[in-house]
Amino acid sequence: MGIDTTPLLEIRKLSKSFPGVKALQEVDFIVRRGEVHALMGENGAGKSTLIKVLTGVYPRDEGMFRLDGAEIHPHSPKEAEWMGISTVYQEVNLIPQLSVAENICLGRQPSRFGLVRWRAVAERAKAALARVDLKIDVAQPLASYSIAIQQLTALARALDVSAKLLILDEPTSSLDEKEVEELFKVIRKLRAQGMGVVIVTHFLEQVYAISDRITVLRDGRLVGEYETAKLPRVELVSRMIGKELARMQKVQSEAGKEAAAAQGPPLLELRQFGRPGSIAPMDMTIAKGEIVGLAGLLGSGRTETARLIFGVDAAKSGEMRVDGKRVVFKSPRQAIREGFAFTPENRKVEGIIPHLSVRENIVLALQARQGVMRTLSARQQLQIAEEFIRLLGISTPGPEQPVMNLSGGNQQKVLLARWLVTQPRLLILDEPTRGIDVGAKAEIEKLIQSLRAKGMAILFISSELEEVVRDCQRVIVLRDRAKAGELTGNQINEETIMHTIAGHSHAA
Amino acid sequence: MRQRFGSKYIPLLATAFVMLALYTAGCGLYRNFFSLRVAVNLFGDNAFLGIAAVGATFVILSGGIDLSVGSVVAFTSILIAAMTGKWGLDPWLAMPLALLIGAAFGAGMGCLIQWFELPPFLVTLAGMFLARGLGFIVHPQALGIRHAFFLHLINEDLSLPLNAKVSWPFTATCYVLIFLLAMVVAHYTKFGRYIYALGGDEPSARLMGLPVARTKILLYTMSGFCSALAGLVYTFYTQSGNPASCVGLELDAIAAVVIGGTLLSGGAGFMAGTLMGVLILGLIQTLITFQGNLNTWWTRIVVGLLVLLFILLQNLIALATGRGRGSKAVGN
Amino acid sequence: MQPDRLQERKTRWWFSLVWPVAALVLLLLFNLVFTQGFFHVEVRDGYLYGTLIDILNHGSMVILLSLGMALVIATGGVDLSVGAVMAIAGAVAAQLINMPNVPFALVIAGAIAVAIVCGCWNGLLVTIFKIQPIVATLILMVAGRGVAQLITGGQIITFTHPGLTYLGNGHCLGLPFPIVLALGMLGITVLLTRKTALGLFIESVGDNHIASACSGVDARSIKFLVYLFSGLCAGLAGLVAASNIKCADANHAGLFLELDAILAVVVGGTSLTGGRFYLVGAVVGALFIQTLTTTMYMRNVSADVAPVPKALAIIVVCLMQSPAFRQRLGWSWKRKPA
Repeated sequence: MGIDTTPLLEIRKLSKSFPGVKALQEVDFIVRRGEVHALMGENGAGKSTLIKVLTGVYPRDEGMFRLDGAEIHPHSPKEAEWMGISTVYQEVNLIPQLSVAENICLGRQPSRFGLVRWRAVAERAKAALARVDLKIDVAQPLASYSIAIQQLTALARALDVSAKLLILDEPTSSLDEKEVEELFKVIRKLRAQGMGVVIVTHFLEQVYAISDRITVLRDGRLVGEYETAKLPRVELVSRMIGKELARMQKVQSEAGKEAAAAQGPPLLELRQFGRPGSIAPMDMTIAKGEIVGLAGLLGSGRTETARLIFGVDAAKSGEMRVDGKRVVFKSPRQAIREGFAFTPENRKVEGIIPHLSVRENIVLALQARQGVMRTLSARQQLQIAEEFIRLLGISTPGPEQPVMNLSGGNQQKVLLARWLVTQPRLLILDEPTRGIDVGAKAEIEKLIQSLRAKGMAILFISSELEEVVRDCQRVIVLRDRAKAGELTGNQINEETIMHTIAGHSHAA
Repeated sequence: MRQRFGSKYIPLLATAFVMLALYTAGCGLYRNFFSLRVAVNLFGDNAFLGIAAVGATFVILSGGIDLSVGSVVAFTSILIAAMTGKWGLDPWLAMPLALLIGAAFGAGMGCLIQWFELPPFLVTLAGMFLARGLGFIVHPQALGIRHAFFLHLINEDLSLPLNAKVSWPFTATCYVLIFLLAMVVAHYTKFGRYIYALGGDEPSARLMGLPVARTKILLYTMSGFCSALAGLVYTFYTQSGNPASCVGLELDAIAAVVIGGTLLSGGAGFMAGTLMGVLILGLIQTLITFQGNLNTWWTRIVVGLLVLLFILLQNLIALATGRGRGSKAVGN
Repeated sequence: MQPDRLQERKTRWWFSLVWPVAALVLLLLFNLVFTQGFFHVEVRDGYLYGTLIDILNHGSMVILLSLGMALVIATGGVDLSVGAVMAIAGAVAAQLINMPNVPFALVIAGAIAVAIVCGCWNGLLVTIFKIQPIVATLILMVAGRGVAQLITGGQIITFTHPGLTYLGNGHCLGLPFPIVLALGMLGITVLLTRKTALGLFIESVGDNHIASACSGVDARSIKFLVYLFSGLCAGLAGLVAASNIKCADANHAGLFLELDAILAVVVGGTSLTGGRFYLVGAVVGALFIQTLTTTMYMRNVSADVAPVPKALAIIVVCLMQSPAFRQRLGWSWKRKPA
């Protein structure tokens, strides 16, 4: 029997655009039989669009798909599944109240005379679970099992339909170390059986543990396809971020040099502060008049850390001290009362109030702090709104415009304005310049520096390394939901940050 | 704490407990409570409510709600009375026609809900108004049915005598048959399982490739059909049609479903639970009638409190088992 | 600079009233052409009389209800219990007024207080026990009439106290008192929501609950408050209703009025999913419904058939508010964000 060298999946020159944004531009993607292939990229890289086009959720603009040598045109997830491409989503996406057996067979239950044959369903479910080395009581509701087992059930369902290509979208986000190992055992078994597995993830260690090849996307384009074993970690990081190591400017942090002078007593102290599933216990301090940067790849735990500090999520270990005294925040209101502010990354869900006007969005947090009775008069609100529209250069026909009509970048500025109005002691900025044009970015950076000079403490989260290097006096680096290192002074440059993210100073 | 084995049966057990407790209390307090007549009346008197509750169960299982039930029952009853009475149609033609109209009504609501994503609460509210008004247009007041079919066949020939004094009415037979059929549909057909999936997690059901649109429209059609069927049984029971009757019946149906252990958010519940819920409502009514002194408005209060109790029970169970899901939203 | 911006807000407010006012105007025009004497208003004994006055008078109960309902719907909830609460308030007032040595002020205060307690009950179920609003208020809707019957002992309680009968039958400033009360409450509600930050918080919580909480808004208290307020409005409406017929009828007081109130709010421009609310719009919506009812009455359409056009009105309004519907028609009302 000769070795079949046709790739299992071949995508050539795939392009897909949405109004205003080119999600994918002429991307090639090849998966071989018996291979675990990691698909990686930072924000806006196009990973999820690629998957959605491949599974028929979106139609493609251009490009060719070949599965097992034959051209395919999936028009829906069901069709893609029937062709042999199965997907397991991050959110599990099964029905929690129904039994395990039913979840596996739903939609294809064995039946006779229109009536479901439950025993046959149970048998089929058990057989499917055996493929993923799982032996559980299939009659129990899915919700009675851990997320790890629910995921394996989803996997069993995906495999039940004679799948050739398996796509796993962020499969390990909710799993602990042991569960990840169990999942990897199953993946290796499937690989040995000749299945092609695409795994979308941003956990660096896991990528090196399980994958054979890596494809990196950035800004909708293919950066490259690499053999995992031959790609040094730091090279991978540089490909993803888009900075070539050799040609990096040795931009030293101006701010870093001032670090020594500005030290006051710490405003915020975290000691072994963490939450399982969010971030491993870590230490951090931020002093008044200091800008601390939080750097790391997408999914490394930066937003999770911010949410813990702001009281959106509850910490399960360690303690937080503000001005030396211990505090526990059960809700953002308590954090706000201490003078904290947080501009979220996920502005659509946690940030803007879409139908309310720019003015109302800007004054909301300040008004909330003042309470119901101490109202800001119409004139005051207008004044505040116009001041910040001017200060941040918010492009809007007027302060009464519903905020959802603004572009993403301008919405970001509105959110920034909302929190600046409250004159906080600690300002947490999560990707504050995302979607904002270059000129405005510079303005905002200048603004942040002036706030620091006035004594505000700032936690600056950004994927743009140059920004982090330029503005921060200290940088904390995160990797895979844990603190990987802390850089000060001369250490603050792009190269060192990337090496710290990668975790190995030289070689693979 | 994970969901323990059989915890999905807890609400059902609670319902059974309440039902048995009420029955035992009745038997203990009143001499004639433990009799064939009382038991038979429980089924016969509440047959039309029971059938309406069957339709309501399906809708609630899917995560929706149907407020038009009472109005469609009344509308169907007066329609049949008018068709067999002043319009002179043969009952064998009138009955299927009425059922068809009920189903079409439900289908209409289902289409509005599915295609335009209108909230079921509002659409069925409009349906309630519409059916109620249409009933009065058919005939402005109650109309007795004098057709031999109803007077003799249904009343006499098709009822089963159990002993010298008591006979099992045809309405009760209808109820039991429909209930059994509904159980089969809910637990043994793919359509029934899709309904559960819809109520459990609709976006996931869509991603799993289930026929969501078709299922939704069909189940509201079924609900309309059940309401019409309940109207038909109502004419068997009262030998008349009345456009003003059954005001608030939908609330009783929903109460029966909730007390029967079905989650109001959908996705979990048993047909048998609704049967017990209907019997509980009947028991409460019977107890109060036997008491003689308490006014019937106590039924409303007790029913309201029972509904609250069962909802709290559902919430408690959900809290204790944590539902095994990951992400957390902001508090408040 | 500033007068222009404030003008922008006023323009937007006027614009939001276009549809409900147009609907009402259309209906009035229909009557102008087809119904004799519809617009005839005369002054007798110093009071205004006429069909238009009747509309305002009978519509005042729905207006009162719709004020509270608008705020509840704005937070993304709904209050189905207002009819039952009306019955309870009427029952309390009737019982208290017939007791000797109870000062009139206490009667009114007692009825209102009980209504507020009902509102708090709903608020508690929704905010603390996290029960869906439609379900939580459904419970009181079912049990509430029973409670009202409990209070009246199953009887219809009549009263003749001039103070109490004035509420539904008296006149003030030439207009029937219920109208004055309704307009007064409108004024109070507008002050409450627009002159304090309450309106902003309600709209914020309804539009994006999570983002509001992240911004420090006490979403739970806001939600509790709107149910309390809805109870208060229902209490006032209940007093008027009882006073109208000079008795407390637990079975029929406020029957189906919750549905009218919801319809009024929705016709008035407030979306069922929550967010921006329009108080004047809700009042116009209530007047529209009342005009519809009166029009049919004057054209000898049986009151029992009146629900049919209401049903069609609900469907039309919902379809217009539904983005899926507008999409299918190819309309696009909002600019897409870049």
